[in-house]
Amino acid sequence: MKKRQTPSQTIGPFFAYGLTPEQYSYDFLSLVDGNMAEGINENKIIRISGTVYDGNANPIDDAMVELWQNDGEHKLFGRYGTGTDQNNAFAFRTIKPKSINGQAPFINLILFMRGQLIHSYTRIYFSDEEELNAKDEVLSSVPHERRETLIAKKEGDSYTFNIYMQGENETIFFNV
Amino acid sequence: MKNIISSSFDPEVQPKHLDKAYKSTLLRAPSKPLIIAKKSLSDSTGPLFEDFNLGELDHDLTKNSIKISEPLGERIVVHGRVTDEKGQPIPHTLVEIWQANAAGRYVHKVDQHNAPIDPNFLGTGRCLTDAQGNYKFYTIKPGAYPWGNHHNAWRPAHIHLSLFGNAISSRLITQMYFPNDPLFQYDPIFNAVPPKGRELLVSSFDLDITEPDFALGYRFDIVLRGHNATPFENK
Repeated sequence: MKKRQTPSQTIGPFFAYGLTPEQYSYDFLSLVDGNMAEGINENKIIRISGTVYDGNANPIDDAMVELWQNDGEHKLFGRYGTGTDQNNAFAFRTIKPKSINGQAPFINLILFMRGQLIHSYTRIYFSDEEELNAKDEVLSSVPHERRETLIAKKEGDSYTFNIYMQGENETIFFNV
Repeated sequence: MKNIISSSFDPEVQPKHLDKAYKSTLLRAPSKPLIIAKKSLSDSTGPLFEDFNLGELDHDLTKNSIKISEPLGERIVVHGRVTDEKGQPIPHTLVEIWQANAAGRYVHKVDQHNAPIDPNFLGTGRCLTDAQGNYKFYTIKPGAYPWGNHHNAWRPAHIHLSLFGNAISSRLITQMYFPNDPLFQYDPIFNAVPPKGRELLVSSFDLDITEPDFALGYRFDIVLRGHNATPFENK
């Protein structure tokens, strides 16, 4: 017989000393942080940062962002809270995953916060992958006018990926 | 392949994103429908934490941050089994917990509740499930605490849990409650879960795991959802 799923509950406002302790200066070792690319060749490193905005376009200072990428070669996981940067940004150091089966490279993003009873899933694609992005099955299947919300903008070796929970620029969230 | 479990969040037991009684959802819940995307390698896998060495006392919150003496409050053992929806155990998966202390106060700097901090209790821990999917923590029973959602709002005592499972779809953050809490009926976070799901969030007292002269036992089994199959996977 199929068992019932354990219901989801909010992460609440007080997760930091448990899930991101070192980032928030608590006396407990962190399992993971924003540096996903430890030990990987420097010239491959990229940085991804962004801000999470609520329905009033105010930055959210108590969200937690997780990234997961697996291109068969590198399996990388990162976690960062938005409560320590003065602009409430999250910041990751990683590498761009390889394209698989001709699809555009992307990173899974999972978002948690007070006020979310269930976490949200989205994806980070890359603005300098225009050719692959144009052919990508997922990017082609999302509403065209919202497609840009999934694409991180490149400046130098850094990408900006802002997340809008609601409003005109509401980020596309996936049913994963 | 047809044998993939088709399993979205089950609407009969899972909360909706927007719940007007829980006011923080109003500006933070996505307003547009979610989009189903083709699966990729990274969706069907998840982090393993194989290279992280858990500390010897990471699973024992009664000991993992002692400064002077033992933390105050009622010692408890929380244990249970993590399975998928078919009842198959999920071995060696990470379980992280965090909670308020016995007085209902979190260590977190943002918590302004005027109740004492316990210098010997951080209130966080973690462990991996064993080969049969079992986990176990020693901790202190957390207290109820007030919050600002509405006049005289109090959260029932709870422990936060974070789990991964085998894929990104099995990721879960939840809260475990204690039996017969009189605050259940007033709590919008608990009641955001449909009636069929609420009992799944309440642990049960378990004399069999209660440790004589040491700690009361509570059992809390956890079921993680499987992959959400899409038409793309039915090739």
